[in-house]
Amino acid sequence: MTHQGELLGQRRLARERTRRVSNMVMLIMTGLLTLIALIPLAWIIAYVILRGGRSLNLAFFTQLPRPLGMAGGGVLHAIEGTIIVSLLAAVFAIPPGVLAAFYAARNPNTTLGIALRFGTDVLSGVPSIVVGLFAYAVLVKPMGHYSALAGGAALAVLMLPTIIRTTEEMLKLVPHTLREGSLALGASEWKTSLSVLFPAALNGIFTGFLLALSRAAGETAPLLFTTLGNERYDIKFIVTSGIKSHQGIFQVLERILDQPVDSLPLTLWKYAQQPYPERIEQAWGVALVLMLVVLSINIASRLWIQVRARRLKGS
Amino acid sequence: MEMPTPQQKAEFARNDPKMEVKGLSVNYKKFRALDGIDLSIQAQRITAIIGPSGCGKSTLLRSFNRMNDLTPGCHMEGAIHLDGEDLLASGVDVVDIRRRVGMVFQRPNPFPKSIYDNVAYGPRLYHIRRKSDLDEMVETSLRSAALWEEVKDKLNQSGMSLSGGQQQRLCIARALAVEPEVILMDEPASALDPISTLKIEELMQDLKKDYTIVIVTHNMQQAARVSDFTAMMMIDDQRAGRLIEFDQTNLIFTRPKDKRTEDYVTGRFG
Amino acid sequence: MSKVLQHGDRSWQALLITVSILVLVLMLAIGWMLWRGSSGAHQTFGWGFLAPTSLVSWDPVNDHFQAWPFIYGTLLTSLIAILIALPISLGIAIFLVELCPAWLRTPLTWMVELLAAIPSVVYGLWGIFIFLPVVVTPLGNFLAETLAHLPWIGILFSGPMSASGSSRLAACLILAIMIIPTISAVSRDVFMAIPNAQHEASLALGSTLWETIWQVLIPYGLSGILGAVMLGLGRALGETMAVTMVIGNSIEGSASLLRPGYTMASVIANEFAEAVSKLHTEVLVEVGLVLFFMTMLLNILARFLVWRVARRTPLEVRT
Repeated sequence: MTHQGELLGQRRLARERTRRVSNMVMLIMTGLLTLIALIPLAWIIAYVILRGGRSLNLAFFTQLPRPLGMAGGGVLHAIEGTIIVSLLAAVFAIPPGVLAAFYAARNPNTTLGIALRFGTDVLSGVPSIVVGLFAYAVLVKPMGHYSALAGGAALAVLMLPTIIRTTEEMLKLVPHTLREGSLALGASEWKTSLSVLFPAALNGIFTGFLLALSRAAGETAPLLFTTLGNERYDIKFIVTSGIKSHQGIFQVLERILDQPVDSLPLTLWKYAQQPYPERIEQAWGVALVLMLVVLSINIASRLWIQVRARRLKGS
Repeated sequence: MEMPTPQQKAEFARNDPKMEVKGLSVNYKKFRALDGIDLSIQAQRITAIIGPSGCGKSTLLRSFNRMNDLTPGCHMEGAIHLDGEDLLASGVDVVDIRRRVGMVFQRPNPFPKSIYDNVAYGPRLYHIRRKSDLDEMVETSLRSAALWEEVKDKLNQSGMSLSGGQQQRLCIARALAVEPEVILMDEPASALDPISTLKIEELMQDLKKDYTIVIVTHNMQQAARVSDFTAMMMIDDQRAGRLIEFDQTNLIFTRPKDKRTEDYVTGRFG
Repeated sequence: MSKVLQHGDRSWQALLITVSILVLVLMLAIGWMLWRGSSGAHQTFGWGFLAPTSLVSWDPVNDHFQAWPFIYGTLLTSLIAILIALPISLGIAIFLVELCPAWLRTPLTWMVELLAAIPSVVYGLWGIFIFLPVVVTPLGNFLAETLAHLPWIGILFSGPMSASGSSRLAACLILAIMIIPTISAVSRDVFMAIPNAQHEASLALGSTLWETIWQVLIPYGLSGILGAVMLGLGRALGETMAVTMVIGNSIEGSASLLRPGYTMASVIANEFAEAVSKLHTEVLVEVGLVLFFMTMLLNILARFLVWRVARRTPLEVRT
């Protein structure tokens, strides 16, 4: 045997056991690390359910908060606030998001298309608190007051990249034969886009929107400087008192949208810092509601995407 | 082709089989890819495995170094003896088998490291660290792969900067550096130009002095040029691969015993 | 491809282009508004605002402002969070790609991604009432005893652990948990983009699986993994609520992990609504501007690096 062969043989035998043991140890480590990462997940979810569950009752969902120090009351103002702000965010984000995605999907290689993809990526990395500052400078300061509108706009900026990206991907998945068929029948581009492509991709677009919404609904930072908070917010009251005093629909809308509102995450933050035990317990309740809402939208939209992807692959 | 002399026949017979395959069957989940293969690979000879595409040649080759294990759902029956030791036995060290039975792939796959580091990869696994030892091993391996003269001045360049034929020889050098006993080659020249192909074939003749070589090829002329023994495979009615005929190469190509072999080597199908 | 524009198509195209440009403009607008909103601060302090200094100077009453404590706090907590999160994330990515049985892969992947879906405030709430007393305070005390006297890194562990547990350490740990999904998801994509041929080449030479992962796959995907780290870093830099709820929000002048601290995002969250003067507001906006630039640069660099691995298929065999 050559000198090289001898050396190799010696070293090989000497190292054999170490190599085998290292291999086993490191591979087991990766499994352990995965487990370690999941411990906080299980812990948080379990604890929030257990402790938050204690505070949940009918009053929690249907009443406004009681004055500080008194027990009872609920977070109706926060629930309504979250719904209003989310709806506004959807209205502000979906039209431009979908339109921009239409452009990007059809023109991926133009300067604008590339710039758009780049810009969307960058936008998705902007911290939510910076977006809050931006919305403050652009809306709250000029308007002179905090409002649900400003909060909705801030959340819309956060949702925009996700909506653009998901819509673009869904549009790309639509078989091009569909588009060509429509054009061949003499339909114009815009008609094809609206009545053929959009419905075909609608499912996916909707789930993308839900995914974006689940993120936005849990955000606090952008709402800090835009919606401020409002413990007396009660839509039913606004509507009924509006009817009683014969206000027009726009006035009622203005009262709903153009004043400070609370929201679930914002309420959670505020309550967590207050020294009243009732408020802290309610904070856990809010955490539970918020977490369940966000997680279930998240899981539902993922499941839906998977189901659709499987269906598309099968066809 | 000449008929072998009694001397040559005796010489061939004297060789102990390096690898013996007994009743090998390979299943992927429910699908039987190979059925009942019996084969003897002679030491220090080149054995070619030929047959129409999809007949399981690569599956057979990859059984020899247990690379089939990487495909999920793979299950092997039978025995493959390497110097008497059954590779398919439970408890066998697969990592060491793969060192003893090296492999060169159809598309060259050098690591994105320097030429030196590609070849030194194997020895370094055994903690051979001294520069002088490594230098010697790298040079020996590159010389054996007929690549040394072309790269000796640029050992620090990336292995991927070489041409296709050179990359393949680099992969051969890399495999040689761990001192295998058998070298498996899965259509090693099919992605290369004719000149590189010729170089690889010449290299194989050199290598067979020290190593046992098994090559899968879809190129019959190559099998005829290069190999000492040839195994002909085909799929049966259940789409499982079977060994149809195995003999000395010159016999397979001049006096095949099975009609299917004759049809294949004369080009009636394939 | 010649386009036969039909009735209405021109306006449709125009609409699409306009909207797309507006989206781009949005990105620039954010930067611009932040710049404008902090103009007073630029004029007053210039670049010195950002310079590292040991002076603790954040005095809204007398209009003395210096951003270094927040920059330090942000960088320290984020970098240590990365140090903690990286091995865990790589471990997860390796496990999911190489070792995990197929039926377990999707559920586990989802569970890891759920970590990212939990709202930041919920992390904060759990952090304040559970994580701080149960994990951070004991850990901090332990670290103070064992590491405080070491030469260089002892400074990071000096000083008594804060009583409530609110500390930079708490922020590091929570941030680590929150960025694990980001780093591991991108790393997974990086590993899956590595050609199978590399795997096979390494194993066929007689390497163990770990040797293949450590010596072939990770080096191959290194720039992508770096990109994953940068994306995680970007997320950590901008994380606001969970951090502000557990970090203590105070400037003490200590560099230690065990003491309360402040980050750029948390100072904005804490002080903006009650800013004392116009200059105070502008200074906070400038902090936001710095944060914006840092995350933007990181994001761009990160995407580029990840893109590079996907493009690096082995050179086609040249003849």
